[in-house]
Amino acid sequence: MREQPILQVKNLQKKFGEGCQHCLDPEIRQLEKNFCPYCGTIYAVHDVSFDLYPGEVLGVVGESGSGKSTMLQGLYFDIELAAGEVYINEPMLASQNVLTLSSQQKRYIRNYIYGMVYQNPLDGLKMKFSSIGNIAEKMIAAGSRNVGNIEARSKALLEDVHIPLRRMKEEPRNFSGGMQQRVQIAKALSNNPPILFLDEVTTGLDLSVQASVLDLIKQIQRELHISMIVVSHDLAVIRMLADRSIVMLNGTIIENGLTDQILEDPQHEYTQQLVYSLL
Amino acid sequence: MTMLEIKGFGKSFTIHHLNKTIPAVSPMDLTVEAGEFVGIVGKSGSGKSTILKSIYRTYLPYSGEIHYHSAQLGKIDLTQATERQMLYLRKNEIGYVSQFLNVMPRTTCRQLVQNALLEMGESKESAKSEAEAALKHFEMDPELWDSYPKTFSGGEKLRLNIAMATVKKPRLLLLDEPTASLDHQSKIKVREMIEKLKSQGTTLVGIFHDIEFMEGLCDKVFDMKDGKIALPLEGVVHEG
Ligand SMILES: Nc1ncnc2c1ncn2[C@@H]1O[C@H](COP(=O)(O)OP(=O)(O)OP(=O)(O)O)[C@@H](O)[C@H]1O
Ligand SMILES: Nc1ncnc2c1ncn2[C@@H]1O[C@H](COP(=O)(O)OP(=O)(O)O)[C@@H](O)[C@H]1O
Ligand SMILES: [Mg+2]
Ligand SMILES: [Mg+2]
Ligand SMILES: [Zn+2]
Repeated sequence: MREQPILQVKNLQKKFGEGCQHCLDPEIRQLEKNFCPYCGTIYAVHDVSFDLYPGEVLGVVGESGSGKSTMLQGLYFDIELAAGEVYINEPMLASQNVLTLSSQQKRYIRNYIYGMVYQNPLDGLKMKFSSIGNIAEKMIAAGSRNVGNIEARSKALLEDVHIPLRRMKEEPRNFSGGMQQRVQIAKALSNNPPILFLDEVTTGLDLSVQASVLDLIKQIQRELHISMIVVSHDLAVIRMLADRSIVMLNGTIIENGLTDQILEDPQHEYTQQLVYSLL
Repeated sequence: MTMLEIKGFGKSFTIHHLNKTIPAVSPMDLTVEAGEFVGIVGKSGSGKSTILKSIYRTYLPYSGEIHYHSAQLGKIDLTQATERQMLYLRKNEIGYVSQFLNVMPRTTCRQLVQNALLEMGESKESAKSEAEAALKHFEMDPELWDSYPKTFSGGEKLRLNIAMATVKKPRLLLLDEPTASLDHQSKIKVREMIEKLKSQGTTLVGIFHDIEFMEGLCDKVFDMKDGKIALPLEGVVHEG
């Protein structure tokens, strides 16, 4: 059983701010959580490494501000990371740190290899386009030209995520939060990405809508074998979806393991607090 | 063939906010042969569940070795196995059943059993027919097949639990007091299920607070009290 990860992430770093003499050197750095009290620089992601394997769902948990979204946005090239390496096991990208590629190559990866569902639907959807238009735009960016095909695929995707086709011409700003997340998922799936990032897709949704989004993600995993990173501060969501998980605190990974192990035999003091507060 | 060889296995839990380490299992040895049914007995808190959960990696290894003879991976020390190897074994070789049902909400009984098979890579058609066969085999009332298990009785939940674990045809099945909350009738059914699994060659390690109930089925009993295999308990251990 010698498996290759589909995504390898090594030592990601991201800070907001310039840093100062008190914080630039990690050896002497004394932060308040992720924040330098002298210059206000935020060390949002610090030394984050993990592997994602084909077809697996990797959970990422951590409190608000722990760096989860920043990490995903860095992987998706929305923000520039200060340092780190990311390898994607696709023939044409073999052994290249994709963080160092040209913006054209990064666009290729976003169009063909990655899918992203943002925490905030405003970041993932054009609220003034129709729902089907949002999906079509993504497909056109990925090189689809045949209008008939685009329409047929968009409709099929909207049906998969249970958006009634009679509403496909509507702008997503008219939709509920759960529907907006489902349109984002349809859009992210439109180019058949082997890797999908999901940032708090169920947060703020009422319980029955949450259950249907969770179901949808499980179904995507079972049927399409897409590898996913699922970020959530909700341990219950992670427990349902992820076989393996990492726990983040103040920008670093403090614990990783099988999800049930993290929940039943947490090692780090913070994870223990998090888990015991559930009981 | 030896299926499982536990050597010097021990486990403690460190609880940071209490600044305390709780010893759960002191170093112990236990050997389980292929096709055997080994019972574990001991009073509450003596560490029985800790052993099973450590084999399954729900608890992290602490000290000692747990050698498992895998069909696919060969001999492997489960305390050293990678997370991915453990997931492979859970999916294909080792099952775990307790009295608690931990499943996706709003998923029907039938879907849950089917999903267990789909996750192993079976086709939709065979998952459907095998799931039905398993639900019949464990005498799940067909009226319940398409309802959500949230409202099931203890016995129904348990049968679903066992169905989900056994459709995958595990070579090694870990049973953590599956009968704890059951009435006499349901316990008899569990005994019959175990009998069937055993006759199919499944290796079983089980915790039962009333191990006498497994009379004639159980090959060996490990007593937590003195950390070794008890002499054949009168009537408990199967002769021959
Ligand atoms: N553009 C930015 N400029 C300055 N600081 C930022 C910026 N984006 C994020 N941060 C800071 O980086 C840290 C990590 O934020 P991030 O959004 O990644 O957290 P998160 O783990 O996703 O939290 P949540 O669970 O609330 O979504 C926070 O301290 C945040 O204030
Ligand atoms: N996840 C855990 N975290 C902390 N302590 C635990 C955990 N699981 C078990 N223990 C402790 O380990 C000891 C053995 O427990 P357990 O294996 O559940 O016993 P049994 O199954 O024999 O009743 C007990 O003292 C229990 O409190
Ligand atoms: Mg976030
Ligand atoms: Mg127990
Ligand atoms: Zn500073």
